[in-house]
Amino acid sequence: MSAHAEHNSHHHAPSGFKRWLFTTNHKDIGSLYLIFSLIMFLIGGAMAMVIRAELFQPGLQFVDPHFFNQMTTVHGLIMVFGAVMPAFVGLANWMVPMMIGAPDMALPRMNNWSFWILPFAFSILIASLFMEGGGPDFGWTFYAPLSTTYSNDNTALFVFAVHIMGISSIMGAINVVVTIVNMRAPGMTWMKLPLFVWTWLITAFLLIAVMPVLAGAVTMVLTDKYFGTDFFNAAGGGDPVMFQHIFWFFGHPEVYIMILPAFGIISTIIPTFARKPLFGYASMVYATASIALLSFIVWAHHMFTTGMPLAGELFFMYSTMLISVPTGVKVFNWVATMWRGSMTFEIPMMFSIAFIVLFTLGGFSGLMLAITPVDFQYHDTYFVVAHFHYVLVTGAVFSIMAGVYYWLPKWTGNMYHIGLAKAHFWLSLISVNILFFPMHFVGLAGMPRRIPDYALQFADFNAIISIGGFAFGLSQLLFVVVVIKCARKGDKVDDKVWEGAKGLEWEVASPAPYHTFEQPPVVK
Amino acid sequence: MKTEYEKYYVPEQSPWPIVGAVALFLVAIGAGLSVMQTAKQEGGWGFYILIAGIAILLYMVFCWFKNVIEESHAGLYSAQMDRSFRQGMAWFIFSEVMFFCAFFGALFYARMFAIPWLDGGSNNAMTHELLWPDFSAEWPLLKTPDGTTTQAMGWAGLPLMNTIILLVSSVAIHFAHTAIESGKRMQLKVFLGLTILLGLAFLVLQVEEYIHAYQELGLTLDAGIYGNTFFLLTGFHGMHVTLGTIILIVVWLRIMKGHFSPDKHFAFQAAAWYWHFVDVVWLCLFVFVYVL
Repeated sequence: MSAHAEHNSHHHAPSGFKRWLFTTNHKDIGSLYLIFSLIMFLIGGAMAMVIRAELFQPGLQFVDPHFFNQMTTVHGLIMVFGAVMPAFVGLANWMVPMMIGAPDMALPRMNNWSFWILPFAFSILIASLFMEGGGPDFGWTFYAPLSTTYSNDNTALFVFAVHIMGISSIMGAINVVVTIVNMRAPGMTWMKLPLFVWTWLITAFLLIAVMPVLAGAVTMVLTDKYFGTDFFNAAGGGDPVMFQHIFWFFGHPEVYIMILPAFGIISTIIPTFARKPLFGYASMVYATASIALLSFIVWAHHMFTTGMPLAGELFFMYSTMLISVPTGVKVFNWVATMWRGSMTFEIPMMFSIAFIVLFTLGGFSGLMLAITPVDFQYHDTYFVVAHFHYVLVTGAVFSIMAGVYYWLPKWTGNMYHIGLAKAHFWLSLISVNILFFPMHFVGLAGMPRRIPDYALQFADFNAIISIGGFAFGLSQLLFVVVVIKCARKGDKVDDKVWEGAKGLEWEVASPAPYHTFEQPPVVK
Repeated sequence: MKTEYEKYYVPEQSPWPIVGAVALFLVAIGAGLSVMQTAKQEGGWGFYILIAGIAILLYMVFCWFKNVIEESHAGLYSAQMDRSFRQGMAWFIFSEVMFFCAFFGALFYARMFAIPWLDGGSNNAMTHELLWPDFSAEWPLLKTPDGTTTQAMGWAGLPLMNTIILLVSSVAIHFAHTAIESGKRMQLKVFLGLTILLGLAFLVLQVEEYIHAYQELGLTLDAGIYGNTFFLLTGFHGMHVTLGTIILIVVWLRIMKGHFSPDKHFAFQAAAWYWHFVDVVWLCLFVFVYVL
């Protein structure tokens, strides 16, 4: 057939815009995901700057409270669904086929579809900000009745934007699972899989399991708001708290969706620069699986103050605290890998070590929040904001940065500017702590989250937080510079960029050829 | 693994994914705007965007599948590719199961917690005393806390008939499956045709049941949590039956054109899995929405 003849004649990247629109190549699609997520990171970050500018001083200065609410909401939605998740999907697209010796993702066309839905979904979300009545303003968790009774007329656009985002995530996740299960090179047995692949396999399972539940939640919000149903309204026999149960049944696995691939990246980088095999590989795999399974039975720890029966409070407190066991195993293993290793401190390693320290800090504040009676005080304060920004920014985002600095030379064939990258690391590390650490203090002192104005007693810390925020935001522009410079030119690197690195991805040329492993390698 | 060195077919560039993304974009905007415009009772163009989006989506699916079928007939697909498709379909069905779980979860939560608590259950004595003193818990919820009333849908009439229809159709498609595997084309056509007819019969009866609910029972979408869960669960199930029937019809047309062989029939297999899934969801519906 003609399709067959055509197929064999193409071995190089096609050129022009059609390359990016029509592509089926996992590396192209990985790049698209990563570029998209970087753009979203900057847009979401700009919204955070608006928030921090308003909170620099008490009183209302720059934006009205209604717009402030839209900023907190869309900042959250963009960072979760537009920045962190697509960045991990981009890394999976680039690295999973190369790590398991597959020629591409299992379903290459669907892969392209998954990506291209995202820019459209987010343009709907962002466009709604400019419409009469404004964008979503009920927080990224869109609790009923804020999103039903009290939301603006444009909520239907939010609902359908989330729907198509969900379709994109589910298709992307199916692709990852099928690739890992079905496309491993001969000899790549389960317990030889690189940990990044393992963590992504489990993440993808979580995505397929919970994104449909999110679709159900937004559907009920839609019918409650526009079609007269009473799922979240006591007057009709429903319950607003039921929304929170359904949402967090999605939402808690979702937070592990944003951190498990990070664990995979860190578990890849630490052995490279400690020049020792990963300590406790099997326990890492089991810990990841345990975290994923536990994530399904802890959701109501987000809801301790809703008046659940005592038995529920206790169950969710203990199950949540249980998660610290497999997480502790992971942190222990990373540290044990470094123990007596021949350590060097290249940029990816610096981000990884920062990840271990700061993510663990975020984990500890999570443990504090898990204690039901204590949570009654912390709930909905800046302490919670501090907690999840430590695990998401210094956790997920730092791991993505570490992964990009680790694999960027493999992707481009060029080494990035080390001095600028170092500056990016140190500026980020210092500013991120100025930004988020004082949030613990104002939170413990009682400053509520999602509020454009606050009591005078919080003024000094908020000024410091805002300065940290602007510094962190500006530092990320350095990252953009480093990446663009590296993509254009730089010192050529060897196939094996880091001499301690292990894995199939280092056996192909740098930059990685357009098609790799068309013949599966044999893994011993 | 015996397919170790068989080449895995990676398609060249394809325009259909981006067309599909544009289609979903139009569907999302169109659906959003139509809902908003209907709520405001404005005439609007949202509906036309929605229709355009659906039309492009259908066209895209048709062309995409056409490509895949041509590639399959050209012998480009290895056994490994077949496994990719099968596993992909299985995970897709799992995601659909989880979608229904959200609504079953809402049903169970309302029955187990929300309604008893409005009647003072657990630690909610004051909720009943102060907020809803006239409310008494029952299921089906025929009188909501704010006083909306409805009648319950019995299980013995149309729903029981529909259960039997779907069960028989599941058996029929199983016979069609054994027929395709043993190469009995005539038997395949008959049993698959029977499955399709049963699917259509189910849909007709479902519509009749909805008319009965609206016109005689006062059981409507906005009649409180009982009507909400009833219509969203049966409605989404009905949409899946519709989609499943369309898939079966397409597969049947392909069989009439002579597609599929005893050992290569992924599309048939996928359609059959989907049909069994729709059937299982209905059984859960029948038990939890109608009988109990």
